[in-house]
Amino acid sequence: MRHALTQIIGVMRRMFESRLAGGLSILVIGIALSLPAGMYVLLKNAQGLVTQLSGTPQISLFLNMDAKTEHIDKLRKQLAEHPAIDHAEFVARDTALEQLKQSTGLSDVIGGLNQNPLPDAFIIHPKRGDAEVLGELRDELAKLPMVELAQLDSAWAYKLEALLKFGRMMVLILAILLSLALIAITFNTIRLQILTQRDEIEVAKLIGATNSFIRRPFLYFGAIQGLLGGVAAWFIISLSLLLLNWQLSALSALYSSQFTLHQLSPGDSLTLLLFSMYLGWMGAWLSVARHLSQIEPR
Amino acid sequence: MILFKQVHKHYPGGLQALKNVSFEIAKGELVFLTGHSGAGKSTLLKLIAAIERPSLGMVIVNSQNVGVLKERALPYLRRNLGIIFQDHKLLFDRSVFDNVMLPLQICGFDYRESHKRVRAALDKVGLLKREKSQPIALSGGEQQRLCIARAIVNRPTILLADEPTGNLDAEYAHEIMAIFKSFHQVGVTLLISTHDESVLQNSGARVLALKHGELHQ
Repeated sequence: MRHALTQIIGVMRRMFESRLAGGLSILVIGIALSLPAGMYVLLKNAQGLVTQLSGTPQISLFLNMDAKTEHIDKLRKQLAEHPAIDHAEFVARDTALEQLKQSTGLSDVIGGLNQNPLPDAFIIHPKRGDAEVLGELRDELAKLPMVELAQLDSAWAYKLEALLKFGRMMVLILAILLSLALIAITFNTIRLQILTQRDEIEVAKLIGATNSFIRRPFLYFGAIQGLLGGVAAWFIISLSLLLLNWQLSALSALYSSQFTLHQLSPGDSLTLLLFSMYLGWMGAWLSVARHLSQIEPR
Repeated sequence: MILFKQVHKHYPGGLQALKNVSFEIAKGELVFLTGHSGAGKSTLLKLIAAIERPSLGMVIVNSQNVGVLKERALPYLRRNLGIIFQDHKLLFDRSVFDNVMLPLQICGFDYRESHKRVRAALDKVGLLKREKSQPIALSGGEQQRLCIARAIVNRPTILLADEPTGNLDAEYAHEIMAIFKSFHQVGVTLLISTHDESVLQNSGARVLALKHGELHQ
């Protein structure tokens, strides 16, 4: 344990000695990681917005104009017994007209009509909110007798949701590509290090160093560089969000609403750091496996 | 301690470095290996440390057949050997002290114990006052002594030295031979290669003479 610590300190000293080149590698890793991770944060924020705006989705059921009270009662009973429906709210056509008069200020125009053009309606609150279930429920309700039209109110939210899925896929692809880039960067850094420390490796082998003893400092280096790259990415994202929020506050004030982008959660931050550390380790491991065996003392 | 049985070594390209070499070195013996340059002295020493493998025959060190030793067993063989290289193989990116420290770090020695041992080894070769120097600042003789300190810090039972007095003047060479003799006195097995016949005089030690890869005892 003490031994590992000595080696880690040695690695850190070596990193500090070549801090300019090392700093640049760390910055490159940070930028590469901040792209997918930053997009992930924005998507997560958008996701939160969608849930907040759409609330629980509803289905509006407009009835046939010549639906009689007994039809309505029968329908009400059917809806109440339906397993997928939480509760259904009846809006009589006269109530709907009243509401329309009050909310739009069109009372003059509406007053000029000789009959109420609005149908009776039910507002259905389903038990579950997934897009598929709701679609099926709407189709089923549309086929009920005396139902003219069944309309899914939050269809737009589902469209946005689909768009977000698309975005998430893009983040995933980007993350995979840039992870490979990170592994490649570490691979190359370690390759150069092995070349410059060729003498040391050779001597160490001659005086009885095991392969794992020689390998370890390089793996530590990869992991530490990856971790620092992750820290850089974290700062890039946090700073960017801070700047965006600053602009956003001006914008949302104009719409007299309050909307701010959330920062990376502690859990997500930890994942980012561990993941980048792991990738660094991985790149170093590949490089060491490839290059160390080529150095044999003569 | 060291046993060669009909050892042949040829290199790709047809160079026949050793031909049918057989000898035995007992525990605690001091043996000189002589011969002109290119006679196979370095090759013979490398076979003992398994830096090279024999083409034919057997090399046995500490009752281990090193010719067929697995790659991952090599470090443990080498930890029992102190090797003094012809070209020193010092590390110029660290101090004298840290150069001697390296074998102990590799073996995972306790921090305090290893400091004591490094100082003792440096004291033995008369470099204790130079412990903070960089190896590049040392003279040829001092670099050679540093190499010796690194080889003995681990307290090996066998010490191999390849031309340890090779490019030193007579006075330095004498000093270094005196150091080796003191190891011999405490029971270390030594095999020292040299092309310098003068160091052999009145040493009373056994001499293995190589000529074109063949042994003339």
